[in-house]
Amino acid sequence: MLTKRLVPCLDVKEGRVVKGVQFVGLRDAGDPVDLAAYYDREGADELVFLDISASHEGRKTMVDVVREVAGKLAIPFTVGGGINSVDDMRQILRAGADKVSLNTAAVKNPTLISEGADFFGAQCIVVAIDAKWDDRLQSWRVYTHGGRQEADLEVTAWAQEAVRRGAGEILLTSMDQDGAKTGFDLALTRAVNAVVSVPVIASGGAGDRQDFTDVFVQAGADAALAASIFHYKETAVSEVKDALRKQGVNVR
Amino acid sequence: MIGIVDYGMGNLHSVSKALERLDTPYVLSEDLDTLSACEGLILPGVGSFKDAMAILRKKKMDVMIQQWVKEGHPLLGICLGMQLLFAESEENGYTEGLDILPGRVRRFAGKTRAGVRYKVPHMGWNILRYQQPNQPLVKGAEEGHVYFVHSYVVHADTPDVVIATANYDGEVPAIVGRHHVFGTQFHPEKSSILGMQLLNNYVQYVQERQGERSDSF
Repeated sequence: MLTKRLVPCLDVKEGRVVKGVQFVGLRDAGDPVDLAAYYDREGADELVFLDISASHEGRKTMVDVVREVAGKLAIPFTVGGGINSVDDMRQILRAGADKVSLNTAAVKNPTLISEGADFFGAQCIVVAIDAKWDDRLQSWRVYTHGGRQEADLEVTAWAQEAVRRGAGEILLTSMDQDGAKTGFDLALTRAVNAVVSVPVIASGGAGDRQDFTDVFVQAGADAALAASIFHYKETAVSEVKDALRKQGVNVR
Repeated sequence: MIGIVDYGMGNLHSVSKALERLDTPYVLSEDLDTLSACEGLILPGVGSFKDAMAILRKKKMDVMIQQWVKEGHPLLGICLGMQLLFAESEENGYTEGLDILPGRVRRFAGKTRAGVRYKVPHMGWNILRYQQPNQPLVKGAEEGHVYFVHSYVVHADTPDVVIATANYDGEVPAIVGRHHVFGTQFHPEKSSILGMQLLNNYVQYVQERQGERSDSF
């Protein structure tokens, strides 16, 4: 039986991990390679690196970061942020990433999903969806550009289209819950999980250990992504896993 | 020296990095003579069976690998590289494989016999069950979790080629092999400590066999 996956997410800007990470015993808290190795030891099942560099140089640096991380890490990792073309995907995958994550670029140009899936295999292509509930329309809407722009798309419809075009996985972020630390958006996760045939990674809102159990047991997520709860060591990956195990959730 | 067959498919970088972590000399090459001069080969691969076989044929690597195995040299296929060892696949239409191990490759049904839907690809960490714990690849290793990503699954013709399985709508062949030929459906290079141990077992096997030949194929 497959285990549920815990996926810490690291934001990287110009080659450095940002968002104050406070680990004891790390030589350099901003070094993506050190942090990746730390999470590997902690029992993380997978890592996501989100490149939030604004500059072209920053993007190029990301390729070097990926190469270095790939040399150290013995678990899979995904790279997202600023990937706009098959060539961008190739650079990141050739440098050693296992998957690339597409967000705004996929909404703007959905054929990019199928091109990527044809070239590299569907298992390499993650489509990231930023979702926000619309009270008036009574549905979740897709946002792009880091949540700044609303696209004219309903989330479950877009998720289905992404899978039809070859997405191997959906990374689903609730903008309503993101940063709130009151738990994952169970209704959103459930809604998307019900209509797609590929794994769903729930993201946004993790505040404590119970939130992980809830999103796995109640919403059927295949994986759960979190950033600050792990980075600030509010709870360690291994502690979350212990709690999940106690509640009968199958983890590694 | 381990030779990694570079035929343009898949994440060769992570396999070579894993060998570096094991302090194992390797060469990454598409040159048939360079590969033939190695003591053991690794056939990696991510992508489609049909594309992979087309490239192997074009580069005459199919014949080289078959000959390699006939001469008794060790081979390890990883993920798609393992599936290629079998007779045929239905991925993107019927395609003949290297036909080194007996069996065929079929897509996961996506639905159990009872009609319950499940996810394809089989993606994530699943636990290995050793069917033949004395095989060199798994010897001394505890059963544990390894990382899978695949939508197609091997149906072996005979159980004797199945060394380990993982449960996902039935028993999925996770490690296969016969004599000096092995395959892992999962990615040992992405499977943390256990993955490295299994990869190391293969490296050890290659080193111990140096000079020996078996002509069982």
